[in-house]
Amino acid sequence: MVQVAWLIPALPLIAFAINGALGRTYLKKRTGIIANAGVLGALVVSVLLFVAQLDHAEPETVSLWTWAVSGDFALDIVLRVDALTLVMLLVVTSVSFMVHVYSIGYMDNDPGFWRFFTYLPLFVFAMIMLVMANNLLVLFVFWEAVGLCSYLLIGFWFERQSASAAAVKAFLTNRIGDVGFLIGLLLIWHVFGTLNYDEIFSLAPVVEAARPGILTLICLMLFVGAMGKSAQFPLHVWLPDAMEGPTPVSALIHAATMVTAGVYMVARFNPLYVLSSTAMTVVALVGAFTALFAATIGLTQNDIKRVLAYSTVSQLGLMFMALGVGAFTAAIFHLATHAFFKGLLFLGSGSVIHGTDEEQDMQRMGGLFGKMPVTGATYIIGGLALSGIIPLAGFWSKDELLGATLLSGDLGYLLFVLGALASLLTAVYTFRMIFLTFFGKTRMAAERFSHVHESPRVMTVPLIVLAVGAVGAGFVGVPPEHGLIHNYLHDTFLAAEFAGLVHVPSTVFVLALMAVSTVIALLGILVAYGIFMRRSPAPESVAGLAPPLHALLVNKYYLDDFYDAVLAGGTRTAGGLFAWFDLNIVDGVVNLIGLVVRGVGGGLRRMQTGRLENYAFSVALGTALVLAFYIMMAR
Amino acid sequence: MIIPALEYYLVLGAALFIIGLLGVLVRRNLLIVFMSIELILLGANVTFVGFAVALNNMLGQAFVIFSLTVAAAEAAVGLAIIVALSRHRDTLNVDEIDTLKG
Repeated sequence: MVQVAWLIPALPLIAFAINGALGRTYLKKRTGIIANAGVLGALVVSVLLFVAQLDHAEPETVSLWTWAVSGDFALDIVLRVDALTLVMLLVVTSVSFMVHVYSIGYMDNDPGFWRFFTYLPLFVFAMIMLVMANNLLVLFVFWEAVGLCSYLLIGFWFERQSASAAAVKAFLTNRIGDVGFLIGLLLIWHVFGTLNYDEIFSLAPVVEAARPGILTLICLMLFVGAMGKSAQFPLHVWLPDAMEGPTPVSALIHAATMVTAGVYMVARFNPLYVLSSTAMTVVALVGAFTALFAATIGLTQNDIKRVLAYSTVSQLGLMFMALGVGAFTAAIFHLATHAFFKGLLFLGSGSVIHGTDEEQDMQRMGGLFGKMPVTGATYIIGGLALSGIIPLAGFWSKDELLGATLLSGDLGYLLFVLGALASLLTAVYTFRMIFLTFFGKTRMAAERFSHVHESPRVMTVPLIVLAVGAVGAGFVGVPPEHGLIHNYLHDTFLAAEFAGLVHVPSTVFVLALMAVSTVIALLGILVAYGIFMRRSPAPESVAGLAPPLHALLVNKYYLDDFYDAVLAGGTRTAGGLFAWFDLNIVDGVVNLIGLVVRGVGGGLRRMQTGRLENYAFSVALGTALVLAFYIMMAR
Repeated sequence: MIIPALEYYLVLGAALFIIGLLGVLVRRNLLIVFMSIELILLGANVTFVGFAVALNNMLGQAFVIFSLTVAAAEAAVGLAIIVALSRHRDTLNVDEIDTLKG
């Protein structure tokens, strides 16, 4: 059964090749069908593999071919099929398929339709290869490949200045992270002498004993890569700008799949991370800080997609927090549920944008629920799941990772407080968004409001399917600590258990935590209801309580301005200096040499008078001088 | 036969050479300049002959024969050039013939 694993990446790749070759001239609108067929095929094969491996989730590998041989280094293309890969494959292919279906409706009138359905399967292929890689170098190649697809799709509407700027920003910010990743990769090659997962994992304890500290450095460097890809502070700035891309792209790449690659990578390398408590602490602190940091910004954004983008950054932070305390299963669980409800929310926001004729500012929405009942209902389900309301998907996973954080020791209390605050704010900004968009009196012009319409069925059906996922995906983790996903991933994260990082909570603890997180979520929703629905107190007066704080949040802690002024501005200034140096010093030296030669030549030119007697005279004089010299010497 | 001392030959040769050289440097007419060059050659030939006699070595005299042959050929080519030039430029003034000036 496992031998057919190659079909999973191959089918989207074939769809990409066909659409890329024939899309513009021949296939045109039919590219959508081909892309959907390819991704559906990958989904079906993934499900079949998942079911077949349900009983024994032993890691299996499928060797395809040897890509490169250099000395004693051989790079084999090997597909890895184990529990973690299969969970990721299910998430990636199912959300991808829903987004593909949805895109047929969303991109219907776009002149770049075929281009869109060429890039999208390419991304799916790269993402599948990323999670199926069995070798760090292959992982890195496809890590870059998904980054490339992200760049292409953010800048999909490249004729828009802001879109191409956002694409470049995403690419450059990811480069910074990738430098860290590359250093980590080279360190592993240097220290372990191999890039194969299983060999690295089995050697890890030996290496830690032989060279203490090197693993910490490796893990931190890999984490820098994860920070770039998964938009963690301070490299998070690209993700909100990435919302310039088409909304299905935001849903697929910048919420459900690609941005979780960092979480996946850290989880994959859990045997290394559990050996370095320093690296774990850094991961947890960065994650928890980012979770709260991004949630506070999300409170004040008015662009519906930007709210979701900061929400994604925040949720990714929670996942890293869980990874950092050794709760790998909880992190992957949250990754999976998050993919469903955040994908749903993004597609829902796309439906709103589609139905309101490209309106993205929530200040100019309101009262849309009656006009778009399916979008509104599924959006509320997604919002409830994100806020963590029992029994929706987000509740189970968030509850579990908060519980694991609380049990993880002294630092856990601080992390828990940060995480709980982030959860509270999550509920607030989520329902602020829902109330501003769907409820209250509309703030749209009456004429525009009358044109608001529900999206076509090709868009609403994926919303309904994802809503079912957002409701039901959490049940793979029920009962807490002993659900399907826990048993399934148990062997993958054995290292954490050996390292004593897994604490089994008592039933009382679990129930108490459930109560606490439900209260937190309800409190958040209540606050949002009071401020943004009842308007008592009105949002303006809340903002007026502390104007500097409000300004700080609206301006995203001025971090973008800081980067723009210091990093981008500094680079520009340095570039100006180098240009001056090149134009004046380097070119100056070259010009000076030319000038000297020309001057000397000009001087010597005067000797060529063209007068015969002058030449003859100089010949005679020269001869006389030579003669005189010899005569003097002879004396 | 009285054989003059070497000094006479040398003084005569040097005198011819200097007269020729001055002619080349000072005169403007290309024909005169050309004749002066012949004088220079003659000065050299006289010196050759002087040394040949003084050293009792016939090689010097043989060399003069060659030198005269070359001078004759050179006179033919040079005069042909001068004739062509005078037809072409209507002048034999060396100051006006300066096309090669850089």
